[in-house]
Amino acid sequence: MNIDSIRRGIVLDHIEAGRSMEIYQALGLESLPCSVAIIRNVKSQAMGKKDILKIDDDIDIDLDVLGYLDPGITVNIIEDGRIREKKHLALPERLTNVIRCRNPRCITTTESSLDQVFRLVNPAGRVYRCVYCDAER
Amino acid sequence: MRHLIDITDLELTEIDGLLDLADDMIAHRERYADSQRGRILGTLFFEPSTRTRLSFESAMLTMGGNVLGFASADSSSTAKGESLQDTIRTVSCYCDIIAMRHPKEGAPVAASLCSDVPIINAGDGGHNHPTQTLTDLMTIRREMGRLDSLTIGLCGDLKFGRTVHSLISAMSRYPNVRFVMISPPELRVPEYLTEMLRAKNIEFCEVEQMESVLPELDILYMTRVQRERFFNEADYVRLKDTYVLTPEKLRLADSRLRVMHPLPRVNEISSKVDSDPRAVYFTQVRNGRYVRMALITRLLEVCE
Ligand SMILES: [Zn+2]
Repeated sequence: MNIDSIRRGIVLDHIEAGRSMEIYQALGLESLPCSVAIIRNVKSQAMGKKDILKIDDDIDIDLDVLGYLDPGITVNIIEDGRIREKKHLALPERLTNVIRCRNPRCITTTESSLDQVFRLVNPAGRVYRCVYCDAER
Repeated sequence: MRHLIDITDLELTEIDGLLDLADDMIAHRERYADSQRGRILGTLFFEPSTRTRLSFESAMLTMGGNVLGFASADSSSTAKGESLQDTIRTVSCYCDIIAMRHPKEGAPVAASLCSDVPIINAGDGGHNHPTQTLTDLMTIRREMGRLDSLTIGLCGDLKFGRTVHSLISAMSRYPNVRFVMISPPELRVPEYLTEMLRAKNIEFCEVEQMESVLPELDILYMTRVQRERFFNEADYVRLKDTYVLTPEKLRLADSRLRVMHPLPRVNEISSKVDSDPRAVYFTQVRNGRYVRMALITRLLEVCE
């Protein structure tokens, strides 16, 4: 794989330096059959340093997971060697099965069939609240 | 279909409407005697609470309706390992509306996601208990004639007392309300509430003794100070009498003051206070029946 020129795939750009492995794991990229490049500590004018992930296939990425972990990431969809689409992320309003409620008294701890659902209550503080018990995360 | 999970699910105008209906039900009980004939209220108490359950059952029976349900988890299918959502799916086939109490926080939300009938939260752990709050609001409005421009004193265990937290949230939506919080330092209101009051610019103060603040109060809302909330026995013994209301202390208060308590009380209000016209905690219990009648009626109307 030539990491500079992907023909068809996804480039996750502007990852906060040092967090690429976390993103790699959260998106489950280790189970992909295609090649994936983790590029760390790339010089960036805007960020000083950044990480980049290049995925050599056009897979479905859970943008909620990505937006929650790092809303600053840019998702570039590459087709025929060109950027076909550039997506800027934001903190998702609602998270389903991305994070788990930590309140031991929450109904989700005993009712295993329930989705873990959180809604964004404070974007500046990145605070999410469990829709069941109101516990914050 | 509407549910009542949290008191803030209701707009202020909806609360007004419920309280108006409850007032009318007290004034003209006979008009409502048959209003729910043929309908069934399910009382699903996964955790026992005799008084709340009786209040709901009385409300439905007063309107000519019927009730079915269980009083504790060990007499329900939960004891056999059935999920909450399966229990709700089943029971919502047998009744028209459900009042449920559950030890886990958020259980009524989970129930509402799979129920074919309205769910009323009758208490979910230490989280919400909106019909208690409606009862409190109804009592304050009936006794004082308004819900705004009041000084509300809250006394006792303000840290763990769920009814106090809901009452503060509910009353903070009305203009010109002041809070006076009377508790030992270790049982003060949680920070999220004082932060909310500061953010909304609502006046409040925190004190340790009730004597000095009693004269300025419109409402004194008493709660139980439980022995197990204290780190050591000595602190409990030292403080327990501070948070007991007696006729002597009540002499310091205005004649318009009203004393409320969510009940059951243990010893935080001397029984000698009961005959004082300012003591309204048993009126509160009666109001609870009528406001639940009003709530059941409104939620069933929405279904039609
Ligand atoms: Zn939760």
